[in-house]
Amino acid sequence: MASVKYDKATRLYPGSTVPAVDALDLDIADGEFLVLVGPSGCGKSTSLRMLAGLEEVNAGDIFIGDRNVTDIPPKDRDIAMVFQNYALYPHMSVAENMGFALKIAGVNKDERATRVLEAAKLLDLEPYLDRKPKALSGGQRQRVAMGRAIVRQPQVFLMDEPLSNLDAKLRVQTRTQIASLQRRLGVTTVYVTHDQTEALTMGDRICVLKDGILQQVGTPRELYETPNNVFVAGFIGSPAMNLFPAELADGGVKFGTAVTPVERSVIDAAGGKVVTVGVRPEDLIVSTSGNGLPVEVDIVEELGADGYLYGHADVVGQRVDIVARVDGRVHPHSGETVFITPEPKHVHVFNAESGERLNSAVAIG
Amino acid sequence: MSASLNITSAVVDPALLDLPWNLPLDSWPDDAIVTLPKGISRHLVRFVHLSGYVVAIKETTEEMARREYDMLRTLQRLDAPCVEPVAVITGRASDDGAELMPVLVTRHLRFSLPYRALYSQTLRPSTATRLVDALAVLLVRLHLAGFFWGDVSLSNTLFRRDAGAFAAYLVDAETGQLYEGGLSNGQRENDLEIARVNIAGELLDLEAGGRLDENIDAIDVSNGIVEAYRSLWSELTGWEAFDQTERWRITQRVERLNDLGFDIEELAITTAGDSTQVRIKPKVVDAGHHSRRLLRLTGIDAGENQARRLLNDLDSYAAASYPGSDVDEEQVAHEWLSRVFEPVIRAIPRELRGKLEEPEVFHQLLEHRWYLSQNESRAISLAEALSSYIDSVLRHRRDEATVIAPVTESIGVPTLDTAAMPVIDDADSDAPGSWRDKI
Repeated sequence: MASVKYDKATRLYPGSTVPAVDALDLDIADGEFLVLVGPSGCGKSTSLRMLAGLEEVNAGDIFIGDRNVTDIPPKDRDIAMVFQNYALYPHMSVAENMGFALKIAGVNKDERATRVLEAAKLLDLEPYLDRKPKALSGGQRQRVAMGRAIVRQPQVFLMDEPLSNLDAKLRVQTRTQIASLQRRLGVTTVYVTHDQTEALTMGDRICVLKDGILQQVGTPRELYETPNNVFVAGFIGSPAMNLFPAELADGGVKFGTAVTPVERSVIDAAGGKVVTVGVRPEDLIVSTSGNGLPVEVDIVEELGADGYLYGHADVVGQRVDIVARVDGRVHPHSGETVFITPEPKHVHVFNAESGERLNSAVAIG
Repeated sequence: MSASLNITSAVVDPALLDLPWNLPLDSWPDDAIVTLPKGISRHLVRFVHLSGYVVAIKETTEEMARREYDMLRTLQRLDAPCVEPVAVITGRASDDGAELMPVLVTRHLRFSLPYRALYSQTLRPSTATRLVDALAVLLVRLHLAGFFWGDVSLSNTLFRRDAGAFAAYLVDAETGQLYEGGLSNGQRENDLEIARVNIAGELLDLEAGGRLDENIDAIDVSNGIVEAYRSLWSELTGWEAFDQTERWRITQRVERLNDLGFDIEELAITTAGDSTQVRIKPKVVDAGHHSRRLLRLTGIDAGENQARRLLNDLDSYAAASYPGSDVDEEQVAHEWLSRVFEPVIRAIPRELRGKLEEPEVFHQLLEHRWYLSQNESRAISLAEALSSYIDSVLRHRRDEATVIAPVTESIGVPTLDTAAMPVIDDADSDAPGSWRDKI
């Protein structure tokens, strides 16, 4: 097992002037589950493929442990790409299916048996080692495929959108399986997804990329509570954080008729009269009268105990969409006007121009 | 049938509409199905007759079906050997309104065979090697086009007989990706490693099922793809340096490539400053050198090796008919076609025409004549060889025009609802004895 380090690693595709991955600096600890996430074209898959040796690194270096692997061919990097369309062979037993790649690699028979047994125990497949794949359930077949990667005992597992072809139900099941298996194995894992929910539920840490540039890396909680900029704020969390312009007032920012206090230093740092504020749907207080930002309710989505109110407001001359969490049973209805204010300690303030965060971490809990 | 059935197809075949899209593929009536595929593959694939040809229908997710359809169309435009995409059909629903899976429809390549159809009892060493060689050529061609396959295997390939060798065609483009700027060495190496491991797995599986000739070492054969690929790749793309005085080596390189079946479209030639060294490197190569020449001269569409064989016969015909004279190539080709090739093909009884492709029949006939001549130590005429060939060889072969065997007999990791996957409760399937003995 090993750590992974990207040291100003850059990938510039031939004929392009903008790097697909731009001077990526990233340290991944030994045994860590790191998720690379971002929208299509952000460079997450390219970053993974650079680590796998499938993409050239035009500048900078990549290390696995202490070894600089920048110019080492993929098969000599001691990594395993998991879920690369593994097929199971019908005439071979579960044990043979899991172990045949070791045979090709010249691993001796005793060692093959030891590693296969070890992996089978981890995957709850020990009773089935003599079985043929057709006598296994779908979930067991998937675990055999994982076993094929595990027995190789690679330094690093790489997974590129492994769940994208699964149906919704299987995706959720497999997500949990992969995450718990990775924790049991303790093998450093780099996982690529475009789905922020997958990232939040699986990763020890998440690295958000956009246009080839690292936006923020941190634990799911850090990214959720303290997004570095407007992009991360809007990308992480579902429904997404409300982000809209707000005017500064004495000692705070204006929410319609209300003023929510923010630190003096934030106001000084803003450098203008308007900032971008972010409030998560669960951090908005909705009232039918009184102070706050007037919001016209478009629709309320009931989800049982909770519901989400979707509406719109007029802020600094712009129409903005607002989402707020409300009680699932007692809530306003479409067409009504409600007033919203944020939980005072849960306002994220960003520079209106650069999108960078201005205030310190919001209170947790 | 669902009112919202949606067919995406470049060439709309109205017969597509007549298929029972309101039924899940696994319950299509037998009269629609050509042959039931055996085994379980990653997706359900079935073969169906459609106005005079056979199509393969694969149930999959909409996203994957569309992606693969587009990818196969792009590969076709690039002239890469692959199956022909016909349509993507979405919006299927059963009569009671239940949603059915989208499908990808591809056209079955006539006379193409899955590797599992290329042996009767066991896979022989020479066949295994020829399969691996054909796959290496296919992989090189795809890589030249900038295509990373991601799932190279014998199962994802169809093979056509090609005058003693095989020509390979890509069947499954699901994991593939096209890179406009070409592939990196790492991507090529990765595909090659995937190929090596998958081929080994497939051969070891045949071995486990008692279907591999005992003289075959599965791992040795699978390693063969690495060597075959590398030597072809460096011949097609490598730099070659020589002295200014050895300029004939340019022609030699071109001829070597032609012999391998490739044409050079561009050649990079560099000379370094005051040095007398010349360096050359083919920049664009295109497969099908002999096929194209044969097609141009005779209109016969043949595999590369078949074309080479037929052209040799055409050249001998020209030499024998017009000794020493510089006769027009196209005129002789026309003559050869009407006096040699077509009479042979016309002489094949109608009921035997589905056995082999015409150029392959001609190739085998030439082989047969050679063996007869060897045995009898005399010159045998084509007519004499033909009747012997028809009765002693062709009649005893099976029809290969539409051999339908499972596209893949391997069992995939489920990507769809696992509850729908059959679990075969088959205690007998447990290998007797301990897994330790077999690993």
